[in-house]
Amino acid sequence: MKRQHSQLVAFAGLWFAASLTIVILAIIIMYILAQGLPYVNLEFLTGRPLEQGREGGIFPTILGTLALGAVSLVLAVPLGVGAAVFLTEYTRPSPLTTIMRFGTDSLAGVPSIIFGLFGFIFFVTRLHMSWSLLAGGLTLALMVLPTIIRTTEEAIRAVPVAYREVSYGLGASRWQMVRTVVLPNALPGIITGIILSFGRAVGETAAVIFTAGTALNIPTSILSPTRTMAVHFYILAVEGISLQKAYATGAVLIISILAINVLANALITRSVSRAVRR
Amino acid sequence: MTPKIEIDQFSYRYGDEIALNTISLQVQPNTILAIFGPARGGKTTLLRSMNRLTEIGEPGTHSGRILLDGQDIFAPGTDIATLRRRVGMVFALPVALPMTIFDNVAYGPRMRGVRSRSQLQDLVQSALQSAALWDEVQDRLDTPAQALSGGQQQRISIARVLALEPEVILLDEPTAALDPISTAKIEEALMELKQQYTIVIAPHNVQQAGRIADDAAFFLMGECIEAGPASQIFTMPRDRRTEDYITGRFG
Ligand SMILES: Nc1ncnc2c1ncn2[C@@H]1O[C@H](COP(=O)(O)OP(=O)(O)O)[C@@H](O)[C@H]1O
Ligand SMILES: [Mg+2]
Repeated sequence: MKRQHSQLVAFAGLWFAASLTIVILAIIIMYILAQGLPYVNLEFLTGRPLEQGREGGIFPTILGTLALGAVSLVLAVPLGVGAAVFLTEYTRPSPLTTIMRFGTDSLAGVPSIIFGLFGFIFFVTRLHMSWSLLAGGLTLALMVLPTIIRTTEEAIRAVPVAYREVSYGLGASRWQMVRTVVLPNALPGIITGIILSFGRAVGETAAVIFTAGTALNIPTSILSPTRTMAVHFYILAVEGISLQKAYATGAVLIISILAINVLANALITRSVSRAVRR
Repeated sequence: MTPKIEIDQFSYRYGDEIALNTISLQVQPNTILAIFGPARGGKTTLLRSMNRLTEIGEPGTHSGRILLDGQDIFAPGTDIATLRRRVGMVFALPVALPMTIFDNVAYGPRMRGVRSRSQLQDLVQSALQSAALWDEVQDRLDTPAQALSGGQQQRISIARVLALEPEVILLDEPTAALDPISTAKIEEALMELKQQYTIVIAPHNVQQAGRIADDAAFFLMGECIEAGPASQIFTMPRDRRTEDYITGRFG
């Protein structure tokens, strides 16, 4: 009787916590969409900003967001996945791996503004990259690296030991085993980490302002400065340029992130069913 | 006759725990040796040592030698991948890799570098035939192997090893998770296979050992209590403990 009672209380409490989270999330999203969507139209999506963004569209910032997200992932994914494979498959637990894990975990806890400052001092100034997609992409890559390493490690750990033994038992080398058994089966988890990282990269403002700049031009090369939607949103709101355009930008940002999530999820499902069929 | 495998004063320990204590055994070519005895006797450890699968994960330490055709498999410079192709292993639990039936069986040859589609097809077909599975799966080689029944998946495991064109096949309680009909099919396949291969099996129980073994070795707590022709071991065991185990007094 008492057990049942506490069971019920626990269930109600957890249910309440879960629903509250979803409701709060829905309210935030709805609010921004309601405030912003009325000002979103084709011209807004494809036009250039005029008068610092008070008028016109946000096309350069959409491109800037995609480009910066892409650059940071192109840099971070191979490095992060490689590091995770190395840590899980090529090393035994040792003081060295403990230090490496401690390092990545600490990196995950560093505030983004610190990454921004480092990126500014090191990439922008010291390496003379100036404010650019490259400097911003490198900085964001460092920032999301821990997420990619951690999620990939978890995904790799979830691959059954029995698969590895079968693979080794059939004469596979370590790399053959990793390539044919570990990576295909860890792929969904790895992609989840990539999506999370992309979300963090395109949502970041502080580190991006420091390293990629705030230029409103369409980026033409990896060394062009650029402005992302998140930064645009921030500047429009903070400098009181136009709250309407700020919300409209926010609405587009939210919708694109949702769209990317859905797309990536579809991709996962497809690649998994293909991996199973293969 | 020179033995295919000679185990010479072989010991294995996991940390402080002695899993195998100074084992000496010989396996003649084209015979089935059954290593039987109660759990924790060291059967799995010995089988896994014979193709150095013990070295995956947290390894223990060994001493003594295991000779394959007179060559020590632990000799420096031994290519482990080649050793594992010559000495294939079938595990207790059927494990199909999450890929098609064809790709499961073609896995070993592909890792060895075989690319030719027709060569792979030939290997897969003859491996599946020898594992008594061809008739059941020939028209769905492109479907996921994990959709097969447990008994079929275990025969996939055997076919996968056969496709390596090995010399020795190790089987660790291969029918432990299977029903009697699947078990019978696998035992039948093994009897056929010994024409071509040397087989070492940790049988599921004494009855199975009696049905298929040419030679038998009784393992208890890491010791090989006695070894000899199956006909002798199962009818006139020399050691009291072997007799007790066979007659079901413990185990
Ligand atoms: N991975 C391992 N780590 C530590 N001890 C192990 C490991 N595998 C087996 N052992 C120990 O080695 C002994 C022999 O086990 P095993 O070879 O599995 O015997 P069997 O297959 O006859 O049951 C047991 O005492 C067992 O606890
Ligand atoms: Mg065992």
